[in-house]
Amino acid sequence: MSVPSSDSETQTWWQRIADSDVFYSFTHSPLALAAAAVTVVFVLAALCAPLIAPFDPFDPSQISLWDGKKPPAWEADGDPAYLLGTDNQGRDMLSTILYGGRISLAVGFASVALGMVLGVGLGVISGYLGGWFDAVIMRLADVQLTIPGILTAILINGILRSVLPPELRDELAIYVVILAIGLSDWPQFARVARGATLVEAQREYVQAARVIGLGPVTIMLRHILPNVMRPVLVLATIGLALAVIAEATLSFLGQGVPPTTPSLGTLIRVGNEYLFSGLWWITLFPALALVILVLAVNLLGDWLRDALNPKLR
Amino acid sequence: MSLLDIKDLRVEFPTRRGVFVAVEDITLSVAPGEIVGVVGESGAGKSTIGNAVIGLLEPPGHVARGELTLEGQRINALDRSGVREMRGRRIGMIFQDPLTSLNPLQPVGAQLIETITTHLSLDARAARSKALDLLTRVGIPEPEVRMEQYPHQFSGGMRQRVVIALALCADPEVVIADEPTTALDVSIQAQILDLMRELCRERSVGMILITHDMGVIADVTDRVVVMYRGRVVEMGATADILGEPEHAYTKSLISAVPRPDIRLHRFPLVEYIESAGDARGNLDIETHWLGQNRDFAEHDGPLLQLDDLCMRFITRRGFTAATRKFLDAVKDVSFAVEPGEVFGLVGESGSGKSTVARMVAGLHRPTSGRIHFAGAELTALKAERELNRYRRQMQMIFQDPYSSLNPRMRVLDIVAEPIRFHKLAAGRQATREVVLDLLEHVGLGKAAAVKYPHEFSGGQRQRISIARALATRPRFLICDEPTSALDVSIQAQILNLLKDLQEELGLTMLFISHDLPVIRQMCDRVGVMRHGQLCEVAETETLFESPSHEYSRHLLELMPKLSGLSRQGLDAE
Repeated sequence: MSVPSSDSETQTWWQRIADSDVFYSFTHSPLALAAAAVTVVFVLAALCAPLIAPFDPFDPSQISLWDGKKPPAWEADGDPAYLLGTDNQGRDMLSTILYGGRISLAVGFASVALGMVLGVGLGVISGYLGGWFDAVIMRLADVQLTIPGILTAILINGILRSVLPPELRDELAIYVVILAIGLSDWPQFARVARGATLVEAQREYVQAARVIGLGPVTIMLRHILPNVMRPVLVLATIGLALAVIAEATLSFLGQGVPPTTPSLGTLIRVGNEYLFSGLWWITLFPALALVILVLAVNLLGDWLRDALNPKLR
Repeated sequence: MSLLDIKDLRVEFPTRRGVFVAVEDITLSVAPGEIVGVVGESGAGKSTIGNAVIGLLEPPGHVARGELTLEGQRINALDRSGVREMRGRRIGMIFQDPLTSLNPLQPVGAQLIETITTHLSLDARAARSKALDLLTRVGIPEPEVRMEQYPHQFSGGMRQRVVIALALCADPEVVIADEPTTALDVSIQAQILDLMRELCRERSVGMILITHDMGVIADVTDRVVVMYRGRVVEMGATADILGEPEHAYTKSLISAVPRPDIRLHRFPLVEYIESAGDARGNLDIETHWLGQNRDFAEHDGPLLQLDDLCMRFITRRGFTAATRKFLDAVKDVSFAVEPGEVFGLVGESGSGKSTVARMVAGLHRPTSGRIHFAGAELTALKAERELNRYRRQMQMIFQDPYSSLNPRMRVLDIVAEPIRFHKLAAGRQATREVVLDLLEHVGLGKAAAVKYPHEFSGGQRQRISIARALATRPRFLICDEPTSALDVSIQAQILNLLKDLQEELGLTMLFISHDLPVIRQMCDRVGVMRHGQLCEVAETETLFESPSHEYSRHLLELMPKLSGLSRQGLDAE
C-alpha cells in the first residue's frame, strides 16, 4: 500500500532528498539530529581552526615555557587567556585541541576513503567475477581479519617508517598513518561490497544489461556499484569513528603523528605523563573531545544503519 | 442467521503524507457453512479486511469506523486478551505461504497439540488424539508417523494441509483464508480447495476466502465480493456475478482472465483497469526510427534453430568424478522458430524452460549442442564483439518487473542504454526523442522518462522493460514468464501490448510460461517441457484439442476449466 508521492517531474535533486523517507526519519530522530550537530561542529571547528583558535600552537614565537602547566581559567591560579589551561610547553590547550582535531579528522576521513575505495573495488570485482580472483581476495581478507586491525596498522606503520629516510619521517608521518589505517580497514568493506554484489548480480536488471551486450566493467560501474553503496555508506560512517580511534591509539603508543604537530591521541599521550603530577587538564580535555566526537559519529552511523534497513522500518 | 457481520468497515493507515484509507464502506456477512470469496487486484484492500477481522492490522493501521460482530458479539473493540482469546479459538486463519506459517523447529504434532491445549481444556492425551483426528481429516496419510516430523519433511501441498488442520484445531466458527493456494502448483490447488469446501460444509464453519484468482472463486465460493480500490463494487451469488456481471469493473476483471478453451485476438474491456493512464501513442512504423534501418541480413529457413542443446549445472564440485554431482537442467532440446512466429515453451517450474531462454540470450553457455540464429552459429562465436551484432537483434523481457530495472537509474537512461551502447541514434537529442517515442508507444507517456522505477506499478514497470527491449530494434524477442508476477487484469494489458507490437513490427517471439491458457492466447506453436526434455512440439490448436504426448494430456487435465465465467465481449480468433 503506497501513498502516491508528489509529482517528481518538477523536483530538483534537493527536493527529492528532502522528500525522501531517510531524510524524514532524520528530521524526526532527536538523537540523529544531535549527533549530526556535534559532528558538524567538530568538522567546522577543525576546518576553521586557524581562524577561531586563540593561539597558533605551531608558532614558536607565541609559546613561552613560562606559561606552561597553567590550569584551566576557572581554577585558582588559572589565566583567563588560556581557557582550558596550557600544556607542559606552554601551548594553549583549546588551540591544540582544535588543531589536533583537525589532524585526527583528516586522518580519519582519508584512511576511510582509502579503505573504502580499495575494499569496495576489490569486493565488487570479486563478487561479480567469482572464480579464482574471488577466492584469492577473500582468503586474503580472511587472513587479515584474523589479526586485530590495530595490530595490522602498527605492522604496516612500522614497516613504512623503517623504509623511509629518517629526515622525512616526521614530515610524512601523517601519510604513513593514513596508509596504515586504510590498509587495515579494507577487508570489512570488501566483504560487505562482495555480499551486496552477489545479491545484485543475480537480479534481472544485471542480466538485462548483459543481454544488451554491456561488458563487465560497465555493468560493475554503472549498474552494480550504485546499488551496493547503501551498506557501504553505513560501514564508512562507523569506520570513520573507528579510524579516529585507531589514529589516537597509534599516536598514544608513539607510533602516530609526532608531538610537534599533535593530534588528539598525541595530546592524550603527552598529558598522560603529567597525570600523576596533578596536571589532569592536559589529558582530560583532548580525551573528552575524542570521546564526544567518536560517540557522535557512531550514533550517526547506527541511525543510518537503521534508517537504511527496510526490515526495521 | 449470519455468523460474522461486517458493517461499514473503514480501515485507515496514517502516514506522513496523510491518512491512507485502505478499505471503506465494507459491509458483508458470512453464514455458517458458507464460503464468501473476496476478489480484486493487489492493493484493492482484500487482505486488509481479513486482518481487520482477526485483529492483525499492522500498526499504525486501525479500524476507523464500522462494526465487526461475531454471533452478535462485537469483536473490534476487544482488549488484548479478548483478541487473543478470539484469535484461533473462534476465528482461524490460513495464510498464503505454508512454509512461513509453521515453526520449522517443532514437530508438526507438537504444534497442533500446543494450539489445542491453549484453546480447549483438554488433557495431553485427548489433545493428541484430536490432533491425530485432524491430520487424518485433512487427508495426511500415516498421521501417527507424520505427527513426529518437522515441516521441512512435508511437501508444499501437505504443509498447507497441516496449516488448515492448525486453523481448525480449536473448532473455530469462522476461518479466514488469505490466498491459500497461490503458492501451490495447479494440481495441488484443486485438492486443497476441495478439502476446504468439504470441511466448511461438514463443520458449519463460515469462511472468507481472499484471492485474486477467478478460477478459485469459480471453484469453491458460494458468494463473491468484488473489490476495487478499497471499496466493494459488486456482491452476490458466485454463479450470478461470474455469469452475468453488472459492474464495469467486474466485467473487465472477468474478461481479462485467459480462457483455456478459446483463443482471443485481444482481451476486451481492459480499459477500466488501465491505471497506466496514458493511451498508447500512435507511431507511423513505416517512417519512424523504430521501423527503419532494420538492416538484418536476409536469410531463408528458421530464424532460430536449436540442435541437441544441453545444459548441465554442477551442484557439487569434487576432485574425483565420483564426488561430483550434476544437474541436467536441459537435455537434448531441439526445435526451430520460423520468422514472424510466436513459439511457446510450457512446463512446470524446474522443467528447464527458462534455462533454454537464457542460453539463447547468451546468459548461459550451453554444455553442448548448437544454437543457430539468422543463419549464424552463435555457439561457435567466441568474441564478445561478434556476438554483439546478434545481441542487437535479440532482446529479452524478464519475469520480475521489480528486479529487472536498475533502481538507481532514471527511466530515460534505462531505455536509452541499449541505444547508446549500440550507437543506434545520432546524438543525445535524437536518443532522447527516440526514448520518449518508445515510452509513448508502450503506453506510458513521455512524462515517465524523468522518473525512477520505484514510482511505477508492476505493470508499468513491465512496459518500461518492453520499451528497453525494443530500443535495439530487435527482430527476436524472448519473453520469460513476462506476466506471471502481475495481476490478471494487468496481465491482459501486457499480453495485448505484446500482441500489438508483434503484429506491428513483425517480431518473432519465444514465449515462456507455465500458464497454459496464456500460452493458448499468445502462441502459434508450443513445445511442452518436462525434466529438461522436450516432450512434444505442436501447433497450439492441435495441442489443446488433441495432445499426443501423455504428459501434455496430464497438464491439460489439471488446467482450470473456468466454464462458469461470462463470455460477454470476447471475440474468438
